[in-house]
Amino acid sequence: MAAIQLQDLTVCYHRHPAVHHVSGRFEAGSLTAVVGPNGAGKTTLLKAVAGLMRPESGRVDRSGSRDRVAYLPQQAEIDRTFPVRVQEMVELGLWQRLGAFGGVTVGQRRRAAGALAAVGLTGFERRSIASLSAGQFQRVLFARLLLQDASVLLLDEPFNAIDACTTADLLRVVARWHGEGRTVIAVLHDLDQVRAHFPRTLLMARTTVDWGATEQVLRAENLFRARQMAEAWDDTAVRCDREPAA
Amino acid sequence: MMELLFLPFGEFGFMARALVACMAVGLGAAPMGVLLVLRRMSLVGDAMAHAVLPGVAIGFLLAGFSVMAMTAGGLVAGLLVALLAGGVHRLTGQREDASFAAFYLIAMAVGVLLISVRGSSTDLVHVLFGNLLAVDDAALLLVATVATGTVVALALFFRALVTESLDPEYLRACGSPGGLYHGLFLGLVVINLVAGFHALGTLMAVGLMMLPAAAARYWADTVAGLMAVAVGLALTSAWVGLLLSYHLGAASGPAVVLVAGLCYAVSVLLGHHGGLITRLRLRRHLEA
Repeated sequence: MAAIQLQDLTVCYHRHPAVHHVSGRFEAGSLTAVVGPNGAGKTTLLKAVAGLMRPESGRVDRSGSRDRVAYLPQQAEIDRTFPVRVQEMVELGLWQRLGAFGGVTVGQRRRAAGALAAVGLTGFERRSIASLSAGQFQRVLFARLLLQDASVLLLDEPFNAIDACTTADLLRVVARWHGEGRTVIAVLHDLDQVRAHFPRTLLMARTTVDWGATEQVLRAENLFRARQMAEAWDDTAVRCDREPAA
Repeated sequence: MMELLFLPFGEFGFMARALVACMAVGLGAAPMGVLLVLRRMSLVGDAMAHAVLPGVAIGFLLAGFSVMAMTAGGLVAGLLVALLAGGVHRLTGQREDASFAAFYLIAMAVGVLLISVRGSSTDLVHVLFGNLLAVDDAALLLVATVATGTVVALALFFRALVTESLDPEYLRACGSPGGLYHGLFLGLVVINLVAGFHALGTLMAVGLMMLPAAAARYWADTVAGLMAVAVGLALTSAWVGLLLSYHLGAASGPAVVLVAGLCYAVSVLLGHHGGLITRLRLRRHLEA
């Protein structure tokens, strides 16, 4: 069963497509890396799946993902000087359950403590987020994701500017999600990491270059084809007249 | 000593009214100021204060010095500018400070134009700087109502308002009506400024909103703590400012705001979260 299905998806910035007629399915419980050169539309694809960007044409079918989709942006637009403590930040992961008014129960507080332990931040509950390093802050965001208890997790370059030790810890969290049968889709750049930890890969360069088992997708000729894609907008680009698939 | 501190308020009804009005403004406006500072929108309060001007002017031109008419006009104009500026930000991605600047400048020009066509310059001075010592029953009731409403709304929507300031993208990804909370926040800012304008005038009301909020950052490190400190400073400024204006025979609105400014200066120097002197005193670094 597909958790997320893309049907001829096109997403644009100022009419220039960043994701161009992409179709395919993320199977429920699959662990997929999305790779491709800069400007290939990876972030845009994730935003469209998260429902944060509207498709120009085609659609994202989330009906297979039951309830919750959680999204970790590439650079969370969070002001790190904001006076909020680690525990409060993590408990934001309960938002979909508590809404604006619900109170945190004892059980939920215990789960928050468990999430902090899972990312190696036990004892940091009362620290302000301003006092954290970039790696520690990423751990906090992972703890928040853990608490969201989503069936589909979208991670945009989660290990950017993160050291090897933290990356290894967070990869264990990703593996745990995979083991629990959740669907994980992660934008990544380190191809060795993808080969080692991600069974499936979507290689894209605005359109799909290849999508399938990682070893099959990350072949030299595919990678070469992806690199051929021009990064810049073509100001003289003509209108795309491809008919949307029925 | 006690006479110096309390007598003017017992002796003169207008002083007592001024104190109540000013404290009510501080109670509602200071927490809003804290949220504005946290959202890096400190100057938007100023922009909004100018934005209510055309509405107040229209209310004044239609009905004279009527609290209801001027309030309604200011409210409509302020909300309109907030809606347009917030809408342009959300729909086109232009930064909020730029869209607010654009719309408040337009609104202010309209306001000044309206007053210059029909009113006199004393009217303009009253609207801009208020007259704290001439607060009537209607204005007092309005200011108290707004303060009460603001405190209740803050208590109910505290988590939503703070989260929308901290991580709006997360709320959107959760499918939460972030725009609604954003709108609620801007609406609260506008009604507090409109209420404040009756007591302090549009420009001075911003002082009681932003100065205690900016000062609080040096004393507290949680949102609730910041709001508590800001309210405390605002209430103190109201009281001390009015006393000073009474004893020195100075204008009351500016006196209140100047005391708030003094609180800010002292906080910058002595505040234990990053105040200058604290920094100097604790210069030696730690082992780890």
